[in-house]
Parts: sequence; structure tokens; C-alpha cells
Amino acid sequence: MSTSTAPAVAGAALPHPYLVVSRRVDTDDTVTLELTNDVEPLPAFAPGQFAMLTAFGVGEVPISLSGLPSPADGPARRLTHTLRAVGAVTRALYAAAPGAAIGVRGPFGTSWDVGSAAGHDVVIVAGGIGLAPVRPVLQAVLAERSRYGDVVLLVGARTPADLLYTDELLRWGAADVQVGVTVDRPSDDWTGHVGVVPALIPNARFDPARSVAFVCGPEVMMRFTARALLDRGLPASRLRVSLERNMRCGVGWCGHCQLGPLLLCRDGPVIDYARAAPLMELREL
Amino acid sequence: MTGEVLTRVMNLPFFAGLTAEHLRQLCEEGRAATYRPGERIFAEDGAADRFWLIDTGSVALDLRVPGRGDQIIETLVARSVLGWSWLHPPYRWQFGAVARERLDAIAFDAAAVRNRCDADPAFGYAMLRLFTPVITERLHATRLRLLDLYATSAQVGRP
Amino acid sequence: MPPETDQATHPPVLIEATALSRLFDALHAHGYTIVGPTVRDGAIVVAELESASELPYGVGVDTEAGRYRLRARADNAAFGHSAGPQSWKTVLHPARAPLWSADRSTDGTVVVHEPVERHRYALFGVRPCDLAAIGILDRVLAGGRHADPVYAGRRDGNLIIAVECTEPGATCFCTSMGTGPHAGSGFDLAMTEMLNGDEHRFLVRAGTPAGERILAEIPQRPADDASIGQASAAVADAATHMGRTMPAQGLPDLLAASHQSPHWDDVASRCLTCGNCTMVCPTCFCTSTEDVTDLTGDHAERWRRWDSCFDLDFSYLHGGSVRTSGQARYRQWITHKLGTWHDQFGSSGCVGCGRCIAWCPTGIDITQEVAALSLLQLAADSVDPAEDEAAR
Repeated sequence: MSTSTAPAVAGAALPHPYLVVSRRVDTDDTVTLELTNDVEPLPAFAPGQFAMLTAFGVGEVPISLSGLPSPADGPARRLTHTLRAVGAVTRALYAAAPGAAIGVRGPFGTSWDVGSAAGHDVVIVAGGIGLAPVRPVLQAVLAERSRYGDVVLLVGARTPADLLYTDELLRWGAADVQVGVTVDRPSDDWTGHVGVVPALIPNARFDPARSVAFVCGPEVMMRFTARALLDRGLPASRLRVSLERNMRCGVGWCGHCQLGPLLLCRDGPVIDYARAAPLMELREL
Repeated sequence: MTGEVLTRVMNLPFFAGLTAEHLRQLCEEGRAATYRPGERIFAEDGAADRFWLIDTGSVALDLRVPGRGDQIIETLVARSVLGWSWLHPPYRWQFGAVARERLDAIAFDAAAVRNRCDADPAFGYAMLRLFTPVITERLHATRLRLLDLYATSAQVGRP
Repeated sequence: MPPETDQATHPPVLIEATALSRLFDALHAHGYTIVGPTVRDGAIVVAELESASELPYGVGVDTEAGRYRLRARADNAAFGHSAGPQSWKTVLHPARAPLWSADRSTDGTVVVHEPVERHRYALFGVRPCDLAAIGILDRVLAGGRHADPVYAGRRDGNLIIAVECTEPGATCFCTSMGTGPHAGSGFDLAMTEMLNGDEHRFLVRAGTPAGERILAEIPQRPADDASIGQASAAVADAATHMGRTMPAQGLPDLLAASHQSPHWDDVASRCLTCGNCTMVCPTCFCTSTEDVTDLTGDHAERWRRWDSCFDLDFSYLHGGSVRTSGQARYRQWITHKLGTWHDQFGSSGCVGCGRCIAWCPTGIDITQEVAALSLLQLAADSVDPAEDEAAR
């Protein structure tokens, strides 16, 4: 079924119908969609920002940008989002075939601010689906590799079958990036690390005195990762995490995404750890 | 031999809490050891007569499970400590260890180190203070994996 | 968006109470939909009014913690009552609102439509606490980077007719929060009701040119100094007779320091997490959305409805909620209202209207909870660490 798009009235409240142009199945519950709109210029999403994606008639969820537009695409730029099917809306989005219409509102939220890491070593630590929101960081760094020092990517996953972007992991390893991968449970043919991702931090080559860290994954994983990075002398102000809470609007009107004094759709999702740590420690905040 | 071992380990952060004298005494019981990729370092139920400081390379801890073969529990990276079953009776390995890649390590004579601990309580206490954090860290990591944080709520606890 | 008020534009006037019907006529003639207080179902609610006769003349209220009853007044005051269960968010930020609809045509094209707000509202009888609440909602829903179109649609072009309070209710504490009982700004017209024996009139001040234009169409006379003095004295007197007080300074720090307070267990033993407080509060703004579709799947709609942080699903994330315990949810509500609202929106979220106190089924009083937290904090601060050590 082919779908063309027609613009709705502009604004942060109305989903703009976008077209799925490609769908790549990453794992048995994760898919990467590329979306485009043939009517309006694509809004520029910065790494770390998210869109509210609507499965018409089902609902809406916040999904981070998982890929920067490729210069090779030229004017036919695309929005890239990786999502995991965990509920009714994400299951509907997971099943969206090329040609289907998906509503898009965005970009919303704070960015990873990759540019501020110029002149520094870059340490990216991702757990599970958390690799998706940091993938644009790596792409931005590699697009201007000489501006950055050592680049480290550490990835943790439940099993080898749950690893995302495996072909790119190999490519990045060959492109002057230290890539470390570990799983919680190995398969019989897995020859890589088995264990938690913080265990890879002591041996990674980076200078904590001039590094910026980008950490994304389940909250507990981010806390233990942060501890390992801080133990190596990285200051909390140069450690950034991406936090999550329930979101119904993405624009500061619905009140759901509060984390203490912060509205994560507006003051986050990317927060520096010096600010996030005391909030993450409070029970049921 | 002691001097060579001492030179290799003296600047490692792992030993930073030991006095120079205790470190020297420990190194008297250490010798260089290398293993080929895939070589078994020790098997479960073997005598826990040594422990290692891994210099370069990595190690897989495994356990033979009937019907499932050798299951890898965890891998240890460079500059990790391998083995703590030597610290207390029955002094037998509970798991096995295999070199994942070529391994350069320092192997310490566990029985000799235990004798020094018995003879000199201060040395013994220093050894315990050195090794208990290793055990705690492994326990915390294992607990994190038990939480199955990467699973969806539907998957938690299931394979 | 809030009307700019210039005190010096026009001197105050007096109108007879009977002129209110002329005021209604003028508002209707100018195309306004009038919304104001009226008696319904045993309470004074906020509803669309056709005629001034629907105002609650002679109706008073008897309120306390967990209590609200109507009573007959000895006089015929139209505004002789304090805050009812509804506030102006009933109009400006309604409990259910359509956000958009989308249709998929046979060739697969999806078109999204935004509903259009066709009314212009005249809010009749807005108390100073509620004026402040509207100002707060303006900041939350229209003062950020993105303005909520539903709120803007209902707020733009409003006419606000405020009424000052001369008889505070037992649960009122606007004086503490600096929001009343005098109406200072944010209105097009402000009225003060005055009853002297058989005389029933209103002192009226215009706050904006739009207010002046409406006022010009109503029979009036310039207000004499005695009347101005009487009205002003009545309001000033009301300021000293509030039923409750709240320490308005230092609350963000107090609440931030109270996260582990033993007091939350105490509140939790009384709080039903029913969410009444969030429904009656004039500044609680949280909402959720529901997407629906027809049987063919070709027509989809998104509706927005009020939500409450007391709802167990409010903080749902990855299979469960973050705030499951009652104490965590009560703590969230009061900490947000009095503390983190400052971080998020630059002011307190509380205007001292006292509705949450009256409509809590177990009579939880926000002013008393703050007092309890303050005392506990004082006690914690005054513990001498050396003494404590020696005692062990």
C-alpha cells in the first residue's frame, strides 16, 4: 500500500505523517526504521534528541534518533530510529512495513553535545538497546575523526543474538576506534568477553583528564558504569547519561517525565552525571 | 627471578595497598608463566595450588555441565587476578580456566603464600585485604547479570 | 497573553447588582461565552451561564478539611463563598479534549486535522487565587518553548472578570502565598461586592482597554471615596482572617531535604492516593493521551485527558511504575507543588486556594504537612553530632 504524506498544521502537537522507506530487522524484537517526508524539509535532529513516533490509532512513544543522515543520501535525507517491541505501540511500529505512515513530532530534548568533546578522548559505553541513542555520537565523531583523540566504544548485551549493528561494530573497530563487546550469557560459538560492561573500563585506553564519556543503557547499568569511569578519574561533569521516564507529550505539558526538578523532555534526556547522580540515587523519585 | 617478577608487578595499581616488604615477599613465590591460546590453565576439582596475575591476554572461566558441555561463566581481561579458591579449604578449583588468547601471567605458589600467611599474621591480613575486593567485585558483577537488566519485562529471568 | 493591567487608566466605578444582567448582555453581544459560578449538585461549580440570575445569590459555603457544604446566607451576596470543587482549568484546560484526528484515504494518504476552538470565553467571577493560578498555567502550558494549542485556543481572546474576596474560607491561605485577597493584575475587570443593608452594589475597576470597553456599556456612577475606602478595608481585613497559613519561604529547600523524612510514612497512613487534590487544584496540569480508531482503522483520533501523579500508572516505565508506594506518590505531589515547581516553572505551584484541604476525603491539610516537615527538619538540624556520639 503506497502512502504519500500531506502536511498537517505545523506545531509541536500534531504528528506529521512520515513514510517508512526502509525496515531492517536487527534482532527478534528490535528493528531500525528509516523515515522520510516528501513534503517538508526534514528537521535536523542532534545526537541524543528524540522524536515522538505515532502508530496511528494505537499510540505514541518517545524514540531516540539512532542514526545521522548520511551525506550520500543527498537531499533524500532520512530519520533513523531503532526501536524494541515491548508494548502495543512499539509492536505496531516494529511491524510497520516500507510504505506505511508513521506520525512524527520532534526533535525534542537535549543533545549529547558531541562538539564539546572536540580535543578530548571519547568514551562511549552502551548497554542493550542503549547502543541506539549513542550510535549518532560515534557517527558524528567518525565524520570528523581528527578532531578527537582516542575513541573507545564499549558495548554490553544480553546474548550475542541481541547485539545491534554487528556489521558496523566490525567496521568501527577497523576505523581507529577501540571496540570492546561483552555479553551476559554467551552462545556456544561466542569467542568474545563474557561479563558486565564496567569490567572493560579499566583496560580501555583513554586519558580521564581529557575525556568525555557518553553512557546509555538501563539505569542500574549506567550507575555501575559511571562508578567505574569515576574510579578512573573521569570528572562527573564530563560524563553524560541519557535518562528515561514515562512520556506522554515530549514538550513539557503532561508532567509525566519529571525526575525531581527536571523535566526529562526539556532538561534531558541527556544530563551530565554531576546533576543526574543525586537524583538517580533517590528511591522512587 | 623474584627481582624480575617484582619489576613486572611493582607499579600495578592492584598492589598499591601492600607495603614494599610484603610485595617483595609475595613476589618470592611468583614466576613467569605463559599459555597458548586454548590451553587449559586448570580444571574444576583440581588442586588450587596456584593463583595468577594476568599480564596480557584473556581467560575464560568455565564449568562442565552434563548435557550442555563446557559453559563459559565469565571472561577475565588483562591485569585481572585469576583464582581465589586457594585462600580457604578444601583448596580445590570450583570452576575451570582456559586461556582465550596467548596469555602472559605471573603464577604464584599458593601453598607457599599460605604458609607465609600462617607464619606472619600481618602478611596474612594484607593478603586478605588484597583479595577480598576481587571477590566482592566479581560477586557484584554476577549479581548485576542476575538482574538481567537488558531483558524486557517479559523476558526477565527467562533464557 | 495575560491582560496587562494599568491601574491609572480609569477610576473605579460603582454598579448596582441589578446591572450584572446588563453586563451579561454586553458580554453576549460581544460574542463571549460566559463561564462562571452556579449551584449544581450541592456545590458551586464553574459552568456556562446564560443569565446573571444563575449566579449563586445568597449561597454561602461551610468548608473545613474534608468538608464542603452549601448554606443559606443571611444576605443576597452573589460571591459570598470560597473556592468550589472546580477551577478555571475546567474551561482552559478541560478534562477531556480532542488533540487531532487523522484519516487515511483509499490511496493510502494520511491527513491530520487539528480541531478549531470556536468559543471566546468570558471568565466571570475569578478570585485572586485563581487569577494567580491562571498565570501559573499560562507559564506552564504556554510560556515554554512550545505552546499547548488547546490551552492557547481557549485562553486567547479571554475576558477575565475578577471578584475580590471579603470573606475567606476556613481552608484559604492566599495571603501566605501572596496571591490575594486583593486582585492586583491579570484581569480585564475586577469587582468588589458591597452589601450595606438593602444596598447591593459592586466597585468595579477596569484593568485593560478591553475591560473598559465592556464597562462603558453598563449603567454606572463614579465611585465615591467612602465606597472605595469601604471596599479596600473589607479586602484588607479579609487578608488577616485567612483560615490557614503557610510559610511560603524556604519550601523548595525544605522539601529537597525531606526526601528521606519519616513523615512520609505518616502521610501514607492517611492518604488514599485518590487524587482528589489533583483534580480540584487549579494548577495541577498533568494529562495523558489516548489514541482511538474506528473499526476500519482508517480514522484515528488522539484525545487528551486529565491524569494524576497519584495514579499508579503515572510513572510507568519498562513493565512497572517508578513510584509504587503511596508515600512516594504523595511526596511527589507536594514536592512538585511547593518545591520543584520553582525549578521547572519559576514560581510556586500553590496559590493558597485551599481546595485540596476541603476535598481530601481524609482531611489531609497541605499547610499542616509542611508544618510537620518543618518541625522534623528543625529537630534534625539541631541535633549536636558530638552529643549524639557521646550518647552511644
